[in-house]
Amino acid sequence: MTFSPELEARFEKLLTSYPPGRQRSALIPMLLYAQDEVGSVSDEVIDEVARRIGVTPLQVNEVLSYYTMLHRKPMGKYHVQVCTNISCLLNGGDKLWEHVCKRLDLGNKEVTEDGQISIEEVECMGACSWAPAIQVNYDFHHFVTPEKLDEILDGLRKKQ
Amino acid sequence: MADLVNLTIDGKAVQAAPGTLVIDAAKTVGVEIPAFCYYEGLSLQAACRMCLVEVEKMPKLMTACTLPVAEGMVVRTETPQVAAARKYMLEFLLTNHPLDCPVCDKGGECELQDMTFRYGIGESRFTDEKAHTPEKQFSPVVFYDAPRCILCYRCVRICNEGLGVGALGVINRGVVSEIAPNKGDHLECDECGACIDICPVGALTSGIYRYKTRPWEMTHVGTVCTHCADGCKTTLGTRNDRILRGNNRDSSGVSDGFLCIKGRYAFDFYDHPERLTTPLARKNGKLEEVSWAEALEITARKFRENLDARGAFGVIGSNHTTNEENYYLQKFARQVLGTNHIDHHRTGDVVALFDALGEGGSAGREKLATVADLYKLKAVLILGADLALEHPLLSFQVRANYRHHRAHIYAVTPGSVREDKYSAMSIRVGAPAGSAGSGPRWEPVSGSGSADGDPSGFYHPRNAEVSTADYFAALEHLRDKLKAEPELVILFDDSFQGNDVRRLVEFGNSLGIPVRWVCLVDYSNSRGALDMGIAPELLPGYEPSGQPGMRLHEMLAAPLGALWVVGANPYEPAPGGTSPERRAGFLVVQDMFLTETARLADVVLPAASSYEKNGTFTNVTGELQRLKRAVNVMGTKPDLEIIGFIAREMGAAAALGPWAPDAVFEEIRKNVRGYDVPAPVIASGGAAQTAPLNGRIAVEAAPGLVRSEHNGLFASGTLGRYSRVLNSVLESRVGR
Amino acid sequence: MLYNEPSPLETRVLTRRFGIPNAASIDVYLATEGYQAFLKAARMKPEEIIEEVKISNLRGRGGAGFPTGMKWSFVPRSSPKPKYIVVNGDEGEPGTCKDRVLIENDPHQLIEGVLIAGLAVDAHAGYVYIRGEYRYLIEALEKAIGEAYAKGWLGKNIQGTGFDFDLYAHTGAGSYECGEESALLESLEGKRGVPRIRPPFPAVVGAFQCPTVLNNVETYCAVPAILRDGGAAFAALGLPKAGGTKMTCLSGHVNKPGVYELPLGFPVMKMINEVGGGIRGGRKLKAMIPGGSSCPVLTAAECEGATMDYDSMAGRKTMLGSGGVIILDDQTCMVKAAMRLMRFYSHESCGWCIPCREGTTWLRKILVRFHEGGGTRTDIDLIGDIAKNMLGRTFCPLGDAAAMPTIAFVEKFREEFEDHLNGKPCPYENATHLVTA
Repeated sequence: MTFSPELEARFEKLLTSYPPGRQRSALIPMLLYAQDEVGSVSDEVIDEVARRIGVTPLQVNEVLSYYTMLHRKPMGKYHVQVCTNISCLLNGGDKLWEHVCKRLDLGNKEVTEDGQISIEEVECMGACSWAPAIQVNYDFHHFVTPEKLDEILDGLRKKQ
Repeated sequence: MADLVNLTIDGKAVQAAPGTLVIDAAKTVGVEIPAFCYYEGLSLQAACRMCLVEVEKMPKLMTACTLPVAEGMVVRTETPQVAAARKYMLEFLLTNHPLDCPVCDKGGECELQDMTFRYGIGESRFTDEKAHTPEKQFSPVVFYDAPRCILCYRCVRICNEGLGVGALGVINRGVVSEIAPNKGDHLECDECGACIDICPVGALTSGIYRYKTRPWEMTHVGTVCTHCADGCKTTLGTRNDRILRGNNRDSSGVSDGFLCIKGRYAFDFYDHPERLTTPLARKNGKLEEVSWAEALEITARKFRENLDARGAFGVIGSNHTTNEENYYLQKFARQVLGTNHIDHHRTGDVVALFDALGEGGSAGREKLATVADLYKLKAVLILGADLALEHPLLSFQVRANYRHHRAHIYAVTPGSVREDKYSAMSIRVGAPAGSAGSGPRWEPVSGSGSADGDPSGFYHPRNAEVSTADYFAALEHLRDKLKAEPELVILFDDSFQGNDVRRLVEFGNSLGIPVRWVCLVDYSNSRGALDMGIAPELLPGYEPSGQPGMRLHEMLAAPLGALWVVGANPYEPAPGGTSPERRAGFLVVQDMFLTETARLADVVLPAASSYEKNGTFTNVTGELQRLKRAVNVMGTKPDLEIIGFIAREMGAAAALGPWAPDAVFEEIRKNVRGYDVPAPVIASGGAAQTAPLNGRIAVEAAPGLVRSEHNGLFASGTLGRYSRVLNSVLESRVGR
Repeated sequence: MLYNEPSPLETRVLTRRFGIPNAASIDVYLATEGYQAFLKAARMKPEEIIEEVKISNLRGRGGAGFPTGMKWSFVPRSSPKPKYIVVNGDEGEPGTCKDRVLIENDPHQLIEGVLIAGLAVDAHAGYVYIRGEYRYLIEALEKAIGEAYAKGWLGKNIQGTGFDFDLYAHTGAGSYECGEESALLESLEGKRGVPRIRPPFPAVVGAFQCPTVLNNVETYCAVPAILRDGGAAFAALGLPKAGGTKMTCLSGHVNKPGVYELPLGFPVMKMINEVGGGIRGGRKLKAMIPGGSSCPVLTAAECEGATMDYDSMAGRKTMLGSGGVIILDDQTCMVKAAMRLMRFYSHESCGWCIPCREGTTWLRKILVRFHEGGGTRTDIDLIGDIAKNMLGRTFCPLGDAAAMPTIAFVEKFREEFEDHLNGKPCPYENATHLVTA
């Protein structure tokens, strides 16, 4: 399996960032960066990363299924993550989540039919003092209101 | 030895070696600390929290399974605080554990049931919905029921650490964590079932046994597995004369609980539909069912006629019948039939080894390794065999030795082997079959991680061209490393025969360190067959027979008056070849199945399997263990009884003595060198090493005599052909 | 970039560069006394560095509050194994968002703190473990690391001191449990974030089975100031047993939520009313969670006279924790708060040990049902009981972190639980049916 030159360069750096014989340390970063490029941790990605690191695909699966940011199935091109944990909840994060579910007619970790947008109810993402917060892919949006959320979603639709 | 540590557990003074865990120290004074995840010999988890105990000066309860003893430590295991911890831990466990005990295979021998009975509360406060997920089939023999799983990780550890396979893992997180197989939805592994046996609950169940019975309805018979030569004890659970399962409840004998797929499941040839249960006699050119009386009468009459006509007899014994049967058979052959034409299929050159070791006078047990030695000695050298697949118990021991003692393992083999993962050095010898090249061919491969970890990758020696020159060149490369070891076990297979074995022993002797030997052989009693004198040149105990008779292949080629085949299939065609032509005038065959040999016979006598008789086996390391009858199959008789009946029919019984297994065993103990083993040890299910060594063995070497079949995990000669389990596993692989 | 206006009541030590244009760049850092503490430390003996940190009374800022100098002194310098510095930037404790601003606004301060720790324990490599959600911070830190290498503040023979140090940013991928130090080390080694059996502690057997100093981002960020101005000066900012300042994340129902640097011992009510601008909408304070969701909640009455420091909070049977201060007004449903937090803990439980895995799940089921109006009177005691049965018996602190606040919610707001017994959904707000993970 081949990746983009940028990702290959990142992998190469990762595999040398840890003490000799400890290249397994690169596993989680490699999976996450590969997912960013491929769209999900596919069977192919598992086998490839396992091969490069020198572990079995089962060992990769054990690890990837532990971490919530790693997905076996592709999420949308824009993955909208709404925090409903305590600080966001106190500021209407739960309403925001209901709003986005209704607006896109999606459930947790579901993707729009065109594959563009997916939504996920997430745990605290470290934006408590600027709650409620959402993340679109890796971009934070703070003090989000239902109206602001609609704007963001509309913006995503336009970007397509 | 370091000074012992003094501590107190429940008011009892305890002395333990430094590093001992409190949970183990408690056992020495009869204090049981409950645990699910703790399992002796496997890595520590501290996950189940059942072993929490109170320790003076420690603010919180401590896990006894990870706490090493310390001088002056005061441990309490029965305080109200500890009792409450256990009680509520079980309450937690039972919140999602389905209470389907009435239909669960494990019901009655479930550790969770037992713990709840002893430490739990009678009621549950859990009223919410339990999470259910459907049961999964991991392989033909392994099923997994996630809701029952308490996540003690024993299965993961026994597979990874014990077997070196690593086919099971934990996926997901939190309450939805579950055990997962290595190939997505299914397992590709040794199918040994160790994960099932070690499961404290009914989460992992056996495809063979599931929903067949309640455990308490079974009778448990500890006997010896009848497949390879390692001699694992297997406990057969039987009900109404049916074997329902094999497991390792009886951890006596050499194996201390280890079993591979064959020992655990492949007993199932015993009730194969093609099993012979009626004697057959050739009438008008066709084999027809006859009574035992008639079959015995024909056999005895034909034998007598051949004797009277001074015709030649040939006798072919078995490497999977008992010592008693083989001893009695050779006695019959030599005393009644007056012939030294007696042999069997040899799978390792034990004779050459004993001869070489006997050089310079007597040699004792200290030159022969036991199964336990493979776990204890500081270094192990494996020559030829893919130990994990051909000798799973020996491989298990070696692996545990590495894991627990960091023993140095050396593997010199044609293909990659599981030992490569942790060997101090591995060397590949030879070249793929058909490839050209000259001179010794060997190449060191880096020690750890050189194997791909795929347990299905069996590199059959037939696929390689290896000469002993390759091996000896590799050994020279290892010489300095081996010389530096304090002691060594050398295991070799049929790659070494005759003078090569002698040369190998010389190499061992030249290292200047204590060396113990194992000559690898194939079947459950290969070693016993030789020890009992099923050889034209040797009497029992490796006494030269004086006038060597014909060897096996010579007997097949000779126009013998009568040929008697007991538990062997000499007319089996070679791979890709044809069966040898029958030359003998009268052919009688004792077997469980209508083998190629039986099809040629004049009389076929249906024999009992090893699970249907008493007696003893001698395993690959010369350790003697007792077989115990588990079931009876109507119409069959143990070979010993058949031989005895033929003797009686011929009027020769008095000369041969009684054919009761115990009586013959006593005779063996008295007469066969090295077999003076302590009877009580054997009678109680233990193992004792035989060592029939005594100086050189004055017989001529015969090259090409020895041929190992190199059966892997899913093959076992004729028996394997009739095992549904072995075949279903093989088919499941082919199908994918 | 700052997400909130600073408060005049802050004591700005770690945040002293915040607001300066280009604060994150190495040029600004060097122009504002940056890396001078490292140069000073490089001239000191390792034990002197550790002593200075001990004098500062700096305690771990991740939540446990263990004295930092003492932690460093546990590293066996004589060990032939390499030693490592690991930075815990997994910031996942609900209510906490301070490490984020520290890395974003002043990454070199963190790098310098790490270098000084490296000098103190003879470590020559370090890893900054940052939660996966903070991707932009990983990029920011990698940029800063690149600058530091380029200008000779990382790499071989740093500034002619003869000291070598390599630093790497390492991403997580979504797991609260990886904030637990031994789980973080497992994760750093490419494994599931399951904690290790301890002892041995990371100081002796840590990253890659080698001695390791593992501290929170904020802890390392405090170190340059300690070396620069002296441990005593840092200590004097706070209280006798807890020196310095604490990054405090105000969230919830306050008018001016934000991250503020306050000295240890700052009065709670002053923090709420003056720093935070009081309760939003003119409502009243009902309760405060003082240091992230794992810390037992304090009632408004308990907040009176309390100060933001370890002892004051311990005296109220809660903890200073990570500095995540969550303010709950009088309209808040405490059952819902307890329920949402238990959903979090059961989602984040690694599943390794029984009491945490099964306990958080059971509590989540009860609390969700309870909040929806399906509770019974016996459930109230049961909730407390289950939590107590987890307490002190789990494999790692996550079990306690789930149990302690739950016990506090039930004990301190029992009447709210009883109010939910009328069979109808939450009486404190319009019907809400939360999606349950």
